[in-house]
Amino acid sequence: MMIKDVIPGFELFKPKTVAEAVALVERYKKDAWKMAGGNDSIAWFKDRVKRPKQVIDLSGIAEMKGVKETPDGIEIGALATLTDIEKSPVIRKSYRLLSDAAGAVASPQIRNSGTVGGNVNQDARCWYYRAGLPCYRAGGTTCFSDTPEGQNREHAIFDAARCVAVTPSDLAPVMVALDAKMVIRHAKGERVVSAEEFFIGPRIDITKMTQVKDNELLVAIRIPKTFAGANFYFEKVTDRNAWDFPLVNVASALKTDAGGVVQECRVAVGGVACTPKRFAAVEDTVKGKKVDAALAKIAGEATGRGARPLNYNHFKVPLMANLVTRAVRDAKA
Amino acid sequence: MAYDLVGKNFIPHDMVAKVTGAAKYSEDFQAEGMLHAKLLLSPMPHARVRSIDTSAAMKIKGVVAIITPDDVPQFPPPADPILYKEATFAGAPLLAVAAESEAIAAQAIEAIKVDLEQLKHVVDPLDSLYPGGNNAFTGGNVANVRLPLQTIKWTAQDFQGFDQGKMPMGKPAEEWKYGDLDEGFKKAKVVVERSFLTAGTSHHSMEPRSAMAYWQNGKVYLHGSLQSQSFGIPPLARLCGVKPEDMVFIAEFCGGGFGSKGNPYPIMAVPAHLSKKANGRPVMMRITREEEYLLGSGRAGFQGWVKMGFAENGRMTAMDLYCVQDNGPNMGFWDFRNCGHSAMVVFQPEAMRFRGMSVLTNTPPRGPQRGPGENQTSMALEPIIDEAAKMLGMDKLAIRRINAPDNDGFDFEGQHMGKFTSAYLKDALDKGAEVFNWDAKKKLSGQRNGNKVSGVGIGQAFHAAGSNGFDGLIRIMPDGKLYVHSGVGNLGTYSYASTARVAAEVLGYKWENVVVVNGRSDKHLPWMIGQFGSNTAYTATRTNYVAAQDAKNKLLEIAAQALGGAAGDYDLKGERVVSKADPSKSMSFADAAKKAVELGGKFSGKELPGDINPLTRASATALAGTGLMGVAKDTLAKRGMVPGLCAGFCHVEVDVETGDVEIKEYVGVADCGTVLHPDGLQSQMHGGAIMGFGLALTERIVYDHALGLPANVGFDQAKPPTYLDMPKIFKWAAAEKPDRDNPVGVKGVGEPIQGAAAAAVINAISDALGGHYFHRTPVVRDMIVNALNKRPQSYRPLQANTM
Repeated sequence: MMIKDVIPGFELFKPKTVAEAVALVERYKKDAWKMAGGNDSIAWFKDRVKRPKQVIDLSGIAEMKGVKETPDGIEIGALATLTDIEKSPVIRKSYRLLSDAAGAVASPQIRNSGTVGGNVNQDARCWYYRAGLPCYRAGGTTCFSDTPEGQNREHAIFDAARCVAVTPSDLAPVMVALDAKMVIRHAKGERVVSAEEFFIGPRIDITKMTQVKDNELLVAIRIPKTFAGANFYFEKVTDRNAWDFPLVNVASALKTDAGGVVQECRVAVGGVACTPKRFAAVEDTVKGKKVDAALAKIAGEATGRGARPLNYNHFKVPLMANLVTRAVRDAKA
Repeated sequence: MAYDLVGKNFIPHDMVAKVTGAAKYSEDFQAEGMLHAKLLLSPMPHARVRSIDTSAAMKIKGVVAIITPDDVPQFPPPADPILYKEATFAGAPLLAVAAESEAIAAQAIEAIKVDLEQLKHVVDPLDSLYPGGNNAFTGGNVANVRLPLQTIKWTAQDFQGFDQGKMPMGKPAEEWKYGDLDEGFKKAKVVVERSFLTAGTSHHSMEPRSAMAYWQNGKVYLHGSLQSQSFGIPPLARLCGVKPEDMVFIAEFCGGGFGSKGNPYPIMAVPAHLSKKANGRPVMMRITREEEYLLGSGRAGFQGWVKMGFAENGRMTAMDLYCVQDNGPNMGFWDFRNCGHSAMVVFQPEAMRFRGMSVLTNTPPRGPQRGPGENQTSMALEPIIDEAAKMLGMDKLAIRRINAPDNDGFDFEGQHMGKFTSAYLKDALDKGAEVFNWDAKKKLSGQRNGNKVSGVGIGQAFHAAGSNGFDGLIRIMPDGKLYVHSGVGNLGTYSYASTARVAAEVLGYKWENVVVVNGRSDKHLPWMIGQFGSNTAYTATRTNYVAAQDAKNKLLEIAAQALGGAAGDYDLKGERVVSKADPSKSMSFADAAKKAVELGGKFSGKELPGDINPLTRASATALAGTGLMGVAKDTLAKRGMVPGLCAGFCHVEVDVETGDVEIKEYVGVADCGTVLHPDGLQSQMHGGAIMGFGLALTERIVYDHALGLPANVGFDQAKPPTYLDMPKIFKWAAAEKPDRDNPVGVKGVGEPIQGAAAAAVINAISDALGGHYFHRTPVVRDMIVNALNKRPQSYRPLQANTM
């Protein structure tokens, strides 16, 4: 602890174009910190826990802002603010799942400055990690949360691998549910990965939440037309109604035919694992059927299998089951 | 009684500054050559400082002064140190640096080598009481105000049944009783016995406890964040190592204290000591949000047990109550004593025993927080009242009504029976039942609305809400205006202004001709108790009343001298002294003030009453000869304790799938005597209830017990309620029965508002859950989800400071 205040000095870059920004991350790689809205970054800096040598302030890159319609759906600049997304007419009309989730993030002030890129790339909220303790995720050799006395109410019930932190993002499960494509730029070009691959767990890289490499930049997110105008459900369960991270959140997109039979279905749950969690059992239960309360309940209860709660978070098992039940039962156009 | 000012709304003079941002809080002050301070905080929950090496830090350009515990006054334990030689909590300040900038100060902190010897720590009071348990302080594990530091260990026998959730009850540190307890239980129709836990909570003051200080001509000038003004001078002078007359304290505004800034706190003195070492250069110590959580203050948690007996009609025949207070590592506050006292006041048991103690833990230092002890007690006991009502087949309102104190009620605080100045809890309950429509609303209990189920609940709370024996000081100046010198603080209730209006009321002043003088000790303020304990409305209306009566008598005497006749021939009207017989014979207050200056003596404050406090005497002496002075000590009659009481009524909906609690409606009713300032009372009734919702639902201090480190060190982690957590229907009312021993019938009420709301919410949740009682606060969502799904709770029985 000693002192957790006053931002230590760093070299600040304010690129105006994606090309400039990509050149900077290529040059400085892991020494550089990519900052968008700054909500997560400034807190880390002020606590003197993360001490980058270079900070690349992306906020001046015009080409990474805004929401535009494309022949295949929409493309959202990584710097579009959460308020932009919450208020975007096209998103509200065809991809309400996304605007609902954006509107559920934190507070109006944070939504005004927070960006979609920052939201999906945000770091874990595990309080031990945030306190600056030398845990696995911080490059250390232990996990402080998964111990007999660990205060791990907010932590994972699935897929623990040394680290038990969860994805704190409200947009992450939505991106998975909408089968979003994440556009990543690097010095040699661009690669596009699906949201489901984009979010990574500790098995792949324990120090990162996404597969964006040090010398890469998330520049845009493309939402395909697959679920445009489908039945959606988003819910975020928190301790209080503003400025709170999800204990569990859920996003679902269900496409039905004229008779109400589910053609396509994706359900993703946040706050239960390090990445948004899809359940084959849930989607298989629902696909090809007309949803009723009984089927939704079966789908919800199918989530619990394989859950491995820690000392303080087994409540997430029934909570997740009920949320998935709702996400199937109460999804609406 | 009809008043011109009392009971009417007005705009206090500092309101505009607050809403426009012009108000200057401690951190907003700048001074020529100001240095910046940073603290070095203990990373360990319990450690002894072996050595400190500041040599590298002192070589950094721009580092001006470093102070360690050896540079500041020392106080015998368990008093809170200014800087710690034995760190008793993670975040304890070990030393402080002053430098030309914050960046340099922070760099210096990291250059200092501190050698710490880690000592065993303890986070849960019951762990410390267990045989062989760790002590949070090397000198002992039990202490409090007027409870000397000592070691108490219970036996393994005392802990039998603990694993099943039964509160262990070994030797207490304090005990009192009245009546025949055995007889009380014998004649009871229903006896209920429960163990309970209430979590400690942080204060979340919006303004952190930043301070700025400098020295001039042997005096220390300190800008600090404090609820109080005059009452803080002697202890603050002690912390700064000066005589009270050399202490100038400036605190015009306080951005929230909730009890944690009622009295000066040790960290306030750090910039004064740094400044001294820096030859008097001003030093700003900006306290961060995280530091506010670490070293600010918190409410004590309770682990306890109660046994209550009820007669067939619901009357409480006996109560046996045990309370262990989680006190943090230092002096703390006597919440545990207030546990016994408030239970006694609210339920008036025919016989009662109270046992309790205050146990040290390596968690944040604790201090009083709004209703300290009383509000935890409401949350712990009110649900058990509901259980008893159910066993008796009684209405939840009726069982409270039959036990609620009225003017014939009795007070007992461990020594002797006493009286209340007034008590109208029954009236508050009745009014609440009417506004809430209890008879109709109680039928909502258990009703389903889709996934949601309704519950209704009632809560009650108490806090002693008024003091006496302090001084009033006012002046009528030759410009004709009334200057009310106020020694109370300005913690945000505007009571510094609303109580000043009583002086204007007595003298018949228009409010626009009144100047309230407050906020700086060098403005010559009277001695006054601190702005804590819900007391200001009661205490300061009395002092301003007696000072105004003194001024009134002097006005009449001056008129008699100037215009002939006797004082009794005159009256006050329209800011003039007017002959009763011949209204054309009169003199203005301005002329009377000029005459007072001419006459001198008692009229202008050149002669002062013998019974006023030395601080008032010094202020009055400085002001003497400037106008007509009204100055007096409050010696008005007061028959006993002043109970501030509140009743709360709540309707919630609980989502059975997610455990979500929505407060649909809340109604709070205050027994605060005559309403002094309706807008001010409304903001208290709302603000206090909102804090109560936090106590009930989300707020708690959480520690990793093995590491001794805190989990909640930010607003986002500690989770006070937000605007979106407020009920859509949010009403309040007052019993509006004047207090018998206040000249304008006023009592305080700030604190019990919170406890009544918290208990009402908790009871409404349990009602919605069909009578599932947690006996633990806060009732957090996961507890509700587990209860709804018939799953065990995650915490160990009576485990403190945990999720």
